[in-house]
Amino acid sequence: MPDSKGRFGIHGGQYIPETLMNAVIELEEAYNHYKNDPEFNKELTELLNEYAGRPSNLYYAEKMTKDLGGAKIYLKREDLNHTGSHKINNVLGQALLAKKMGKTRLIAETGAGQHGVATATAAALFGMECVVFMGKVDTERQALNVYRMKLLGADVVPVTSGTATLKDAVSECMREWTTRIDDTHYCLGSVMGPHPFPTIVRDFQAVISRESKAQVMEKEGRLPDYVLACCGGGSNAIGSFYHYIEDKSVNLIGCEAAGRGIDTFETAATINTGKLGIFHMKSYFCQDEYGQIAPVYSISAGLDYPGIGPEHAMLHDTGRAQYVAVTDDEAVNAFEYLSRTEGIIPAIESAHAVAHAIKLAPTLDKDKIMVITISGRGDKDCAAIARYRGENINE
Amino acid sequence: MSNIAKAFENGKAFVPFITCGDPDLDTTARCVVEMQKAGASLIELGIPFSDPTAEGPVIMEASLRALENGCTTDKVFEMVKRLRTELNVTVPMVFMTYANVVFSYGIERFCKKASEYGIDGIILPDVPYEEKDEFDGICKQYGIDLISLIAPTSDERISMVASSATGFIYIVSSLGVTGVRSQITTDIPSLCAAVKAATDVPCAIGFGISTPEQAAKMAASADGVIVGSAIVKIVARYGKDAPEHVGEYVKSMVDAIK
Repeated sequence: MPDSKGRFGIHGGQYIPETLMNAVIELEEAYNHYKNDPEFNKELTELLNEYAGRPSNLYYAEKMTKDLGGAKIYLKREDLNHTGSHKINNVLGQALLAKKMGKTRLIAETGAGQHGVATATAAALFGMECVVFMGKVDTERQALNVYRMKLLGADVVPVTSGTATLKDAVSECMREWTTRIDDTHYCLGSVMGPHPFPTIVRDFQAVISRESKAQVMEKEGRLPDYVLACCGGGSNAIGSFYHYIEDKSVNLIGCEAAGRGIDTFETAATINTGKLGIFHMKSYFCQDEYGQIAPVYSISAGLDYPGIGPEHAMLHDTGRAQYVAVTDDEAVNAFEYLSRTEGIIPAIESAHAVAHAIKLAPTLDKDKIMVITISGRGDKDCAAIARYRGENINE
Repeated sequence: MSNIAKAFENGKAFVPFITCGDPDLDTTARCVVEMQKAGASLIELGIPFSDPTAEGPVIMEASLRALENGCTTDKVFEMVKRLRTELNVTVPMVFMTYANVVFSYGIERFCKKASEYGIDGIILPDVPYEEKDEFDGICKQYGIDLISLIAPTSDERISMVASSATGFIYIVSSLGVTGVRSQITTDIPSLCAAVKAATDVPCAIGFGISTPEQAAKMAASADGVIVGSAIVKIVARYGKDAPEHVGEYVKSMVDAIK
């Protein structure tokens, strides 16, 4: 739990312009009210179950388990949610909150486009206006998602400033919010940014571990030994970890994007290569010696972010969770492996977690249980992976 | 009395801003000299940051150009030293930058050097009242004013923010980011009155001001006027030849608010 100033250990806080302070305070007050409101929770549960298709399956990956020859592997199938990823969990919560607050317009940043698609979806459902900011580089590598957002009625603004990727989209969204606060809610997509966003997004994503814990208890009669999730800003990872944090026997592993390797400049592995800094929040960031935020790189647009959520930074500091780095190559191999082995095409983001499982599972005894969160489906990545393999296909 | 307070002693203050290192630090230094000559009361030196959340496109692009041209915090410090020792700049100067630039340098190391080299204050637009303690304690130790900002949305926060302010108060004229605006729609007189009711610290208005007419209008309510993007635009247009043009512009603004 964060303290009253939104701190997780030394991390977190609110490093934003004065112009936005009353907006985040208003959001915090509204959230503290509605999170315990039975009517709000009933509506949200209905949306999650009837609209988004929850609960998502906990699937026993038998072929993968046999092939790797070690731990018993379960996949938490967030890829089966409506819109194809875990992002919808948070977005339905925030959109409902925004509606209760009387907001009529949602703005959002997006990297891979999954959060943008989820926000555009919720805006369509709630009859709200929607503007999505997306780095220009990302609009090119995720063209299909740009089309989906437009189809859903959202305006997509390509961001050309800085490195034209996710961090710039976040900054641009923050700038847009300072311009128009009264009717606009910033639907932030990950467990990052100023308090109370890391807590709000965490709580809405915690449904992943709430379900997986009950599901694994039902299937196995005990807790898992390992929980793996990919980790950029860290929303699916914190959602996958949250209800296990107090269960010390469960090893929590976040899989960061190493890009071309953590010993190169083309990486996005924040815990593995970054240092403590301040950018909207205090946490670990990839940065140079003068605190300039580094241009990061990963094949995965959704993990291509130079920071990590403050709660993950704390879990790293205390040693409660471990953060490993997975390269592009390993992730692409895992993308193909899961497709062939289980008939499940994971998002390239999620493939980072699968890649680490491929390394870890064979080293474990057969009585160990591992849960891997498949945070999204990989249809959106097929063209990019084909290009990575030197095959040019039309989307 | 802090040096900054002196800037507000002789009538309305004109406070120009410049992004350090765009196109190079030598040009920045020459611009600062011209600003002093033209009658600037206080000068804001922007240390470029890669992700300046409060800036509009003009200052954001200037920051990125400066970084691409190799500007660093240490090089900005060296320029400040030169301004104070070789170029006879005596006007109060404050840094405007972002939390991570100061934090990553080491807050103490940053403030110590800033104080030694003759910097009077620091503006950190991404450090609101709630987060200022970590910076303010050390700033005070080195005699540097951490400048507080007040926005059109501050409302009931005004007295809280203003009552702990030192140096001067930076009143943000409009919603949104820095940059030239044809119209400022905020009720500036009311905003300034609310600030003045809470503190005796002088207040200066910035964001969106570019013309002598706008400056004169703002100066009627506040103790000073801050202009950034309009100057950064001049530098972008004239490059190494900018100092003379910057001087002329600053003179026109100083005259307008007298």
